Amino acid sequence: MRLNKIVKGIAVAIPMFALAACGSTSTADSDANETNQTSQEQTTETVVQTGGMVKEMTPQEKQRLALQELRKEHIVYFDFDTSNVSSQFSALLDAHAAYLRANPSVKVLVEGHADERGTPEYNIALGERRAKAVSRYLEGLGVNASQIETVSYGEEKPLDNSRTESGFAKNRRAVLVY
Amino acid sequence: MKSIVKYCLLAGLVMTQPAQAAIDIVITEGVNSARPIAVVPFKWQGTGPKPQELASVVANDLRFSGRFNPSAVFSMPSQPSTDGEINYDQWAKLGIEAMVVGTIKPFKDGRYVVGFELIDVLSANASKANGQVLQNGQLVSSNAHVLDSRETVISAQEFRQYAHRISDVVYEKLTGERGAFRTKIAYVLVNRERLDYKYRLMISDFDGHNEVEILRSREPLMSPSWSPDGTKLAYVSFENKRQQIFIQDIYTQQREKVSGFKGINSAPRFSPDGKKLAMVLSKDGNPDLYTLDLATKVVTRITKNRAIDTEPSWSPDGKNLVFTSERGGKPQIYQVNLDSRRIRRITFDGEMNLGGSISPKNDELVMVNRTRGKYHIAKQDLRTSSLQVLTKTRLDESPSIAPNGSMIIYGTTYRGQQVLGLVSIDGRFKARLPVRDGEIKAPAWSPYIY
Repeated sequence: MRLNKIVKGIAVAIPMFALAACGSTSTADSDANETNQTSQEQTTETVVQTGGMVKEMTPQEKQRLALQELRKEHIVYFDFDTSNVSSQFSALLDAHAAYLRANPSVKVLVEGHADERGTPEYNIALGERRAKAVSRYLEGLGVNASQIETVSYGEEKPLDNSRTESGFAKNRRAVLVY
Repeated sequence: MKSIVKYCLLAGLVMTQPAQAAIDIVITEGVNSARPIAVVPFKWQGTGPKPQELASVVANDLRFSGRFNPSAVFSMPSQPSTDGEINYDQWAKLGIEAMVVGTIKPFKDGRYVVGFELIDVLSANASKANGQVLQNGQLVSSNAHVLDSRETVISAQEFRQYAHRISDVVYEKLTGERGAFRTKIAYVLVNRERLDYKYRLMISDFDGHNEVEILRSREPLMSPSWSPDGTKLAYVSFENKRQQIFIQDIYTQQREKVSGFKGINSAPRFSPDGKKLAMVLSKDGNPDLYTLDLATKVVTRITKNRAIDTEPSWSPDGKNLVFTSERGGKPQIYQVNLDSRRIRRITFDGEMNLGGSISPKNDELVMVNRTRGKYHIAKQDLRTSSLQVLTKTRLDESPSIAPNGSMIIYGTTYRGQQVLGLVSIDGRFKARLPVRDGEIKAPAWSPYIY
């Protein structure tokens, strides 16, 4: 606890803009994380409170941040031998479509994949169908077709090599790559 | 003296481990139905240690054909090297039907003279007096029980190859069919842990020996297919981050991109005359069959359907393609005539049938069958349409038929790893070819090379 207070003291001295840049609300108790805490979390124990301005992001920064978020959620999974885009992925694809509409110079590559069942050549065809289903979905949301490329890897690049039902489910996918 | 002893020990080790191959074949089923024969270690008639073993290679070949069960060397009652030295009674009692005996003699320039005889033990034993038969009331010498006898000069590098040659002779004499022991297999080796070249295209002898790397890539390689003269491979490479088809000369290493259309460029197969390549393209919307004239580079569309058409394979006469199509709902095998473009469905049994190819005799269709969710290699008699599932292994795919039609090599899964399996066309003999590390897939059996 004593260490905590010292660290918080240091945090006060850190320039404002650095604080403003840290949007994290981490509750981890390592030294490094303590220094990253925002002033809000210090209200109960300290005498002074700091306030700060939110730094205006450049368009490039905004785009980069949006892309970072999109990259966290960029895989659409499919049922066995199907290429229908399930409604559970509509929010994910809506976000990608919005980003692509907002950034018409950006291109996305949609990789189609299949699980290891069936033959490699058939799975290439199935992977392409999945990639194209995602591509059409994005186009349906107003994304320019010229921004989208597709490639099928069939069963050649599995995410999970276990050859179990859960492994197969992870491999039946379309991946959006920027 | 010491070093000679050491050398002998080493030679002994090599001899007792004939299956010390890049790929060790493990027989999983079907030894009981094979014919008992004996391939006796060839007698070395020179000084010093025996240069190399031939008999063990021949015995392994014949065992892997599924048709023969060669007896183990330690259970042989004696080790004769010529017809004259054989005590037929001794071997007939053990139920041995045929024997291979032979000699290795030193020749000039470090070469060797190899001689062998193939003997029909049953008929030799019937005539008893060692090759003498009663003819017109008189005992005359007969060599009818010696089915073949040859002598050849070979170099030290040619032992394995010559052993396969002996296997071909024995197989043909005893079964009436041409042997395929001097053929090769091409396959893709994948090492997922490797950071650099994960994907490698390999060629080896049919038994896994003499493995040679033809191509290595950071991106997937698929679907090797042999030219009918056995000098080239067509295959799919993702080296440019998309599917493209290449043809590579396996001797000169010369390679050429022959198809790089937008979308799918997959499943290349040389026509029986070697002039065309059947393949799958999706450039016009979705996967359909096309042929590429290799001389004129003219691409001709063969099928036009909204469903997936893939995996073309030529009929032996080159007039038809069998292929996988989803046009009926689930993937089944169809045939298209290249002149009339008439299409008919061939398979009806099972939830799915994929990856079909027609046997060299044009009488059977070999494919991947899915029944109750299980993928196995199956064959369908093209006259009676009766279907027989041949394998019991897991996630079977990519069947490829030996040029004599006797065996099928295919990709399968063993303990969670992709390996190659072997099954005889009658389904009785089964074997597995494990690999040391990595996954092995997309096997393609070569045509006759010699």
